[in-house]
Amino acid sequence: MEMTGAQILVEGLLREKVDMIFGYAGATICPLADVLRSTPQLGYTLVRNEQNAGHMASGYARVTGKVGVCIVTSGPGATNLLTGIATAYMDSIPMVAITGQVPSHLLGRDIFQEVDITGAASPFSKHSYLVKDAADLPLILKEAFYIASTGRPGPVLIDVPIDIQEQVVKDISFPETVSIRGYNPSVRGNDKQIAHVAEAICQAERPVICAGGGVFLSDAMLDFETFAARTRIPVVTTMMGLSLLPTDHPLNMGMIGTQGNVCANKALAKSDLLIMIGTRAADRAIFSPEEIQRRMPSIHIDVDPAEIGKNIQTEIPLVGDVRVILQQLLKRDLTTRCTPWLTQLQERRKEELNREYPVRAGSVFPGRLLRLLGERLQEKAAVCVDVGQNQIWACKHLWLKGGRFLTSGGLGTMGYALPAGVGVKVAQPDRQTVVICGDGSFQMAMNELAAVRAGNMDLKIVLLENGVLGLVNQIQKTAPYHGPFGVSLDGSPDFAAIAAAYGIPSITVGEEGEVENALDRFLAEKGSCLLIAKVDPTVTTSD
Amino acid sequence: MKQTISVLVENRAGVLGRITSLFSRRAFNIDSLAVGVTDDPAISRITIIVDNGNSVVEQVEKQLNKLVEVIKVRTLDESSMIGRELMILKVSANAKTRNNIMTICDICGAKVADISPTSMTMELSDTPDRVNTFEEMMRPFNILEVARTGMIALQKGGGKI
Repeated sequence: MEMTGAQILVEGLLREKVDMIFGYAGATICPLADVLRSTPQLGYTLVRNEQNAGHMASGYARVTGKVGVCIVTSGPGATNLLTGIATAYMDSIPMVAITGQVPSHLLGRDIFQEVDITGAASPFSKHSYLVKDAADLPLILKEAFYIASTGRPGPVLIDVPIDIQEQVVKDISFPETVSIRGYNPSVRGNDKQIAHVAEAICQAERPVICAGGGVFLSDAMLDFETFAARTRIPVVTTMMGLSLLPTDHPLNMGMIGTQGNVCANKALAKSDLLIMIGTRAADRAIFSPEEIQRRMPSIHIDVDPAEIGKNIQTEIPLVGDVRVILQQLLKRDLTTRCTPWLTQLQERRKEELNREYPVRAGSVFPGRLLRLLGERLQEKAAVCVDVGQNQIWACKHLWLKGGRFLTSGGLGTMGYALPAGVGVKVAQPDRQTVVICGDGSFQMAMNELAAVRAGNMDLKIVLLENGVLGLVNQIQKTAPYHGPFGVSLDGSPDFAAIAAAYGIPSITVGEEGEVENALDRFLAEKGSCLLIAKVDPTVTTSD
Repeated sequence: MKQTISVLVENRAGVLGRITSLFSRRAFNIDSLAVGVTDDPAISRITIIVDNGNSVVEQVEKQLNKLVEVIKVRTLDESSMIGRELMILKVSANAKTRNNIMTICDICGAKVADISPTSMTMELSDTPDRVNTFEEMMRPFNILEVARTGMIALQKGGGKI
C-alpha cells in the first residue's frame, strides 16, 4: 500500500473514529485539505479565527468524551490557535491539534508563515510532535490520541511540514495498540489507600466532598452521584464541577471559592474532613490552602500525581482514575455518621436558594434572569458560559437541573462560550444549548455567528449587556486601585443589528417585569436566537 | 538544600528543550544540568542539581515524570552516590610560579593539560566541593578562563535507577 503523508493523516483520523474537524485553511495545510475534500465522512466546521477552532473542539470533546480535533495552517494560523490550546490545557480537555508547517528543509530560516509552534506550545500542551518523516505518522497519530485522552487528558500538537504531507510512503501499516515506556497513567487506586479513605470517611463527623472537573473527565458522573447518595456527605464543587449535581439536590451545597456560594464556603471552613475528588484546588476555589490544611485533614483523589501536594498538602493521597476509584470505594462499607451536619447545612442552603432578587426599574437584574432561565431549561441542557461578571453570575444564580455547565475555568479565556456552544451543537444537534456572554466576551467571538449560521444551528445566546468590562471594572474600583480605566466598551455595535446581519433573530429585554415573557419567547424560537438583556453597569457580582 | 536528580529520557531531538522549559515555567531553579547518552543509545541521562526545599524537589520529580519522553526520575541520596564534575582551568604562569602551581595540582589531583610560556591549563575531575577548592587555590595565580561541566552522578553499589 502506498500513501501520502496527508492520506495517512486522514486515514489515521478515521481509524480514531473522528467525525468532525474544526479548522481554517491555509497554504501549508493544502495537501491535507485536498484529501479532506474527498473524505465526506469527515465533517468540517470552518471557524473565523483559529483560536475558536480550539474552543469548538473543547465544547465538542466535553459533551462527547471524545478527542476534539482542530486543523490549521502554519505561522499565524498556528499562533492564533495557541490560546485555544492553552485554554484546553488548563481545563484538561482531550484535544489533538494538527498544524501545517513550512517545508522541512527550510525549517529555521524564518520563511513566510514559519513559526516554531511546538516550541511555543510546549508550556501548555501535554505533548507535541514535529514530524520529520511521513512513515512515522501512523504511530504518531495513534500515540497522540492515546496521550490526549488517557490519564489526565490534555491537548497534543502535531506539526506537519508541507513536504511531509506530500511525501509518499510505501508499505504503510497502522498500529492497533500503542505502548510508550515513559507514559503509564495510574488507573486503579492503591487498595491500602482505598481502605484508609473508607475508614476516614466513616469516622468523620463533618466531612465534605469537594468535586471538580476531573469527575466529568473520567466519565464518573453516575458513580459520583451514587457515592454521594450512599455516604450522605455534603458536596461542594469548584467551578469546573458545576452541574455534577442539580442545584437543588439535597446534598449540593453549591460552589466554593472567592466568588462562590456562602453555604459552600461555610461547609468547607467548618468541616473536619475534606475529600477532594478530581480537583487541583487552585486559588479561585481554595483561596488559602494553608488555612484549610491547618483546620482539617484531607483526602485527595486525582489521576495526576503532580496535583497531589502541589497547591494543598494532604493526609491521604489516592492516585488513579476517579471513576475506577469511586467504584472501588463503593464496594466498601461506607456507613457514615454525618447526618446532623448535613441537616444543619441543608437549612442554610435552603435560605440561600430561596433568596429574593431585587427589582430595578429600567434594567434587568442578571441573577434573577439566570435563575429564571435555568428553571426553564431542559434537564439535559448544555450551558456554555463566558468569562467576566457573566461567569460569576451564572455560577451563583443559574439554576441547573443537571445537564452540563461549560466554561473556561482554568485559563479564564474571554470569548470561549460562543465557539464552545458551536462545538456542543455540532456534536449533539438535538441537545438544548445555551450560551451566556457579556458584551465584552461576546465581541471577542461574535465572528463565529457565521459558524452558527452556516451550520443552521439552534443555539440560544444570552447577552448580558452593560457596556463595561464589569469584572475588571469591579477590581479597578477596589483598593489599591483608584478607579476604572480602559473598561468602558465605547463603540460597541447594535447587537440586534449584528445578529440580524447573520440572519439570526433577537429579543431585547430592558425591564425586570418583561424577563419571564422574553425568556419564554427566546427559548420557543425554532432556530438560533440572541437575547439581549440590558443590565445596569453598577450591578456587581456581590449583589 | 542542593539535591541531585537523575533523569533517564528518550534520546530524541527536543527532549532537553522540554525539560528546561518545564523548569522555567514552574519557576524551579537549576544549579547545573549535564546530559549525555547512556550505554543504550536510545536513552540519555540528565543529571540536574536543584537548590530548593524538599516539597519543591518532590514537585520537580512529579512534573518531570509527566513528560512523555521521561522514562525514570530519581533523587539521589548524597551519601550513597558518586558525583563528579570536570573542570578545565587556565591560569597565568611563568618560571617563578610554575612550581607552586604544580604543588597545588599534586595535592588536589589535577592534571596539566596544556602549558605555554605564560600560562598553564589544568583539568580536574572530582566532587563539586573539591573542584571549588582547587579553583580557590588557583585564584591567587590569576585565573584566565574556567569551564565546568556540571555534575554527573550514579548511585553506589550494584543497583540502578
